[in-house]
Amino acid sequence: MRRRQYDFFKIAVHVAALVPLAALLYDAASGRLGFDPIREITFRTGRDALVLLILSLACTPANRFFGFRAAIRVRRALGVYAFVYAALHFLTFVALDYGFDVSLIVEAIVEKPFAIVGFTAFLTLIPLVVTSTNGWKKRLGRNWKRLHRVVYLTAILVIVHFTWAAKQDYAEPLTYGAVVLVLLLSRVRLKAKSGGEGGI
Amino acid sequence: MKLKSSDITPEEVYLSRRRFIKQAGVVGAGLFLAACDRQDPSSSGHQPPPKPGKTEANKDELGNRLTSYAAISSYNNFYEFTTSKEDVAVMAADFKTSPWSVEVGGLVRKKRLFDLNELISKFGEEERIYRMRCVEGWSMVIPWLGFSLRSLLKEVEPLSKAKYVKFTSIYDPDQLPGQKGGGYTWPYVEGLRLDEAVHELTLLATGLYGKPLLPQSGAPIRLVVPWKYGFKSIKSIVRIDLVEEMPTSLWMRAAPDQYGFFANINPEVPHPRWTQSTERRIGEVRRRRTLPFNGYEEAVGIYKGMDLERFF
Repeated sequence: MRRRQYDFFKIAVHVAALVPLAALLYDAASGRLGFDPIREITFRTGRDALVLLILSLACTPANRFFGFRAAIRVRRALGVYAFVYAALHFLTFVALDYGFDVSLIVEAIVEKPFAIVGFTAFLTLIPLVVTSTNGWKKRLGRNWKRLHRVVYLTAILVIVHFTWAAKQDYAEPLTYGAVVLVLLLSRVRLKAKSGGEGGI
Repeated sequence: MKLKSSDITPEEVYLSRRRFIKQAGVVGAGLFLAACDRQDPSSSGHQPPPKPGKTEANKDELGNRLTSYAAISSYNNFYEFTTSKEDVAVMAADFKTSPWSVEVGGLVRKKRLFDLNELISKFGEEERIYRMRCVEGWSMVIPWLGFSLRSLLKEVEPLSKAKYVKFTSIYDPDQLPGQKGGGYTWPYVEGLRLDEAVHELTLLATGLYGKPLLPQSGAPIRLVVPWKYGFKSIKSIVRIDLVEEMPTSLWMRAAPDQYGFFANINPEVPHPRWTQSTERRIGEVRRRRTLPFNGYEEAVGIYKGMDLERFF
């Protein structure tokens, strides 16, 4: 019974993680993205990537502090979905927005340094996604955990990217920033408690 | 960088660039976004989409098609209501624009309070199709109705001491909830140097698409300076003062490193958050190159010998 409950939870998480994408496609197909659809797609995919990243970071403390063990089973999936939305966000920028025009993209990046921060965050996710399989986890052993702590850096970069990109209204990015801060600080305590053998 | 009129992209070069950029478009992206045009987004709102009046032409002088009335009336930056572009129209629906008067004063011989109707009957309404380029990197082509600011200034006879024109928007937090906070210094203030203000292109708009302005577009009277970023074109004006000192605009006060007094459209002067070398015309997928002075070469002469990077 326990086992089946966990599976159900996992499926629900997969479905939930795909809902924003389905909603985006539905809204695009039915013309509900407003008068600047590319801006809307850019914003939504970026925000969804951040939310999923935060959820993946929340799994370990959810287990440690609240005994929510099921969270650990969906941690990797949430991280991979964060990457999927980040990839869509990045593709929206280079393909939809800039039509793969390299010179325009280079100009845009020089003009908007926050784009570089976002791109760096995206790059840091690639090795994590590649090594997210069971095979790699085994192969890397203890180093797997060490490698996957890179996600802390990713989260900080994403918050910098989001805050820098906001116009004057910093309430939303800073709210996410506060959540990320709490999740990262919770790990400092974990480490102290468990003598350096914290989770991810 | 100093800008000579010869630096402005000739139309044929610009157009061939456009064709190139269009042809280089991504098929997948096109297919994906083609779906976005199918339904008019405003039709999903609470009210029926406003219907446009008649216009004299459907293109600007460069051959750009007019942006749809629905887009112009539903995608607005008007922080006095809300910072959400899509919500301005709904929130502004009950904004009271009549009766309305504009006080013209400061360093003028004939200070006066003008009723809006008097302004319109005195100076008339002519159609001017202008490109509107927002500092955020999007643009529209809008058929305004209005009259040259210079006609009004002539009427009040500026004194020789007057060097700048200061514009002030309505301040009424009961009607404009955005003025209750947001960290800005309300009311909205903008300014022009006198030579910019009396330039033939500088318009006081009272309508668009053949109809009076809707509240979300800055009703009942607003400024339009087509070679400057959109935020210079102050909405819902209640005061115009001729002054000696350069006025400090709301945006200069909020972020002086990002928003200068001149705010001339200049693809060479980058902004920390938005691309200024290109723009997206609302209703189009591919980006366009932003033209110096938004393509209004007539305005270039004003700035002869001025360092446009320093005075951005």
